[in-house]
Amino acid sequence: MNSSRGRSVADVALQERALIAPAAGSRAKVLDRLRLGDAAFRQLTRAAAIGVLVLLSAVIISLIRGSIPALKTFGFGFLFSERWNPVTEIFGALPAVYGTVITSFIAMLFAVPIGLMIAFFLTELCPQWLRRPIGIAIELLAGIPSIIYGIWGLFVFAPFLQETLQPFLIDTLGNLPFIGPVFGGPPYGIGMLTAGLILAIMVLPFITSISRDVFEAVPPVLKEAAYGIGCTKWEVTRNVVLPYARVGVIGGIMLALGRALGETMAVTFVIGNAHRISASLLAPGTTISATIANEFTEAVGDLYTSALIALGLILFVITFIVLAIARYLLLRIERRIG
Amino acid sequence: MAGQMAEQFLQSRYRRRQRRNTLATTLALAATALGLGWLVLILGVLLWQGFSGLSLAVFTEMTPPPGSAGGLLNPIVGSLMLTALAIVIGTPIGILAGTYMAEYGRYDVLTTVVRFINDILLSAPSIVVGLFIYEIMVAPMGHFSGFAGGVALAVLVIPVVVRTTEDMLTLVPNALREAATSIGLPRSLAITRICYRAARAGMVTGVLLAVARISGETAPLLFTSLNNQFWSTNLNAPISSLPVVIFQFALSPYKDWQALAWTGALIITMAVLALSITARALVATGKQS
Repeated sequence: MNSSRGRSVADVALQERALIAPAAGSRAKVLDRLRLGDAAFRQLTRAAAIGVLVLLSAVIISLIRGSIPALKTFGFGFLFSERWNPVTEIFGALPAVYGTVITSFIAMLFAVPIGLMIAFFLTELCPQWLRRPIGIAIELLAGIPSIIYGIWGLFVFAPFLQETLQPFLIDTLGNLPFIGPVFGGPPYGIGMLTAGLILAIMVLPFITSISRDVFEAVPPVLKEAAYGIGCTKWEVTRNVVLPYARVGVIGGIMLALGRALGETMAVTFVIGNAHRISASLLAPGTTISATIANEFTEAVGDLYTSALIALGLILFVITFIVLAIARYLLLRIERRIG
Repeated sequence: MAGQMAEQFLQSRYRRRQRRNTLATTLALAATALGLGWLVLILGVLLWQGFSGLSLAVFTEMTPPPGSAGGLLNPIVGSLMLTALAIVIGTPIGILAGTYMAEYGRYDVLTTVVRFINDILLSAPSIVVGLFIYEIMVAPMGHFSGFAGGVALAVLVIPVVVRTTEDMLTLVPNALREAATSIGLPRSLAITRICYRAARAGMVTGVLLAVARISGETAPLLFTSLNNQFWSTNLNAPISSLPVVIFQFALSPYKDWQALAWTGALIITMAVLALSITARALVATGKQS
């Protein structure tokens, strides 16, 4: 149909077509190229996005593959054995897992209340002009590389604790029944408590900045209503803001916990790298990441290497679960705000 | 009589609430002072210890054997090379993935899944990345190498860049995309010529943050790029890097090595802080325009 109409005006068109034909041809070529480039670019970006998923799967698969020799040799007992002897090639993950959990627990014990109080200060008490500078300063703390915390902990913080806090704890709490052993032994300076406190300083910025963000997202109407019936600032934060922001705060805490569990360098410097489970928090211990950092390059033999990779696998699984919960909670609150 | 008692009761209750509020306020103030105090303390010690060792020799001489003077030239150059390699590998992948998530598949299931996984990778323990690269690169190649270190750092760069790219492209107003389409621009060109330009400040910020993130990373380098006491720019061999040298020197019993470790720590911290502040300033100016 089109062609018949074209023929009917052929006289006019012929001339013009002859003129624009080369241009039309190259135009089609250009359009084709653009279409092709468009599709290619789309597929390229899609491949990169899928690449992120492949990356995660590759990490998991390679860790599992690397840890097979150790898991075959020790089975499930690997998780529950306390022995770690490279000479006789007997390996158990329990001291490292224990150290990882305890140091992170100490870190959260201090960082959560302090972080929440700073968020309270930043949202309710701080004069407006001071909010941004303080917020930025706290976030800069988060940017300092962990090795800096490590070197600072080793040369400044650990000797300080050895001379002040630790003797004090041993003299007071160390003599009490039941909890005495937790604070017993000589003050080494380095040890589980020191590592936990360094971790607390490291994760503090995460808790603070996320709590502040979710505190600020509380609808002003709710707060104004509470102030209107005569609540104090603390009561507003405690009874209105905190319950409303609960999910987000817990998400932030889980995120910080994920960081604390996987943190390597800051801990490696001050943990003491001792493969044993001591009752005392002041005694040296080890964590999963510190064990890997300290021993991997010196590991001789496939079984030793494999045991360390198996430790890495355990660490990855634990942090993956914690971080997944954190992201899920934060996603929920993001949806509510958005 | 009863009224008076009720009055008294209310008064004491009121005072108790006031006291509790004052206590909480004081604690909040103390917590903030503690948080800021710590920043000042760490930076103070770092400046104090690091500056005394800072000299021209640090930037011109090699790492010394114990007991003699030297500098940090080879680890500084090594770190710069590893960082550059990581950025060159990680940035394009990160930007492309972020582009898909913000432009093509904003409401896809794939995007939701990638975003979730990416956020987990963002805070995954970096030492595990080191193990991963050891397994896939160092063990098959049979030796430690700068390439392995660079790739390990690239794995840490990707999630940061993906996140910022997606966030920044999402902020680009749709009117710009519609205008580009209405003049007949194909989508890929609309993205690369229009959206990227609109989101440039934010995307550059992402790369800066990624550099800041990896420039202090030690754990993934320990068993990928290892260390090298001598001058080497061969990426196919073990290469020295600032964080690993700090780790090694700080834990050594030698005083000169420990002093060099402090100086190295100062250099890294200053670089990281400068990068973070620049990134912040970039975002701030981007928002104003």
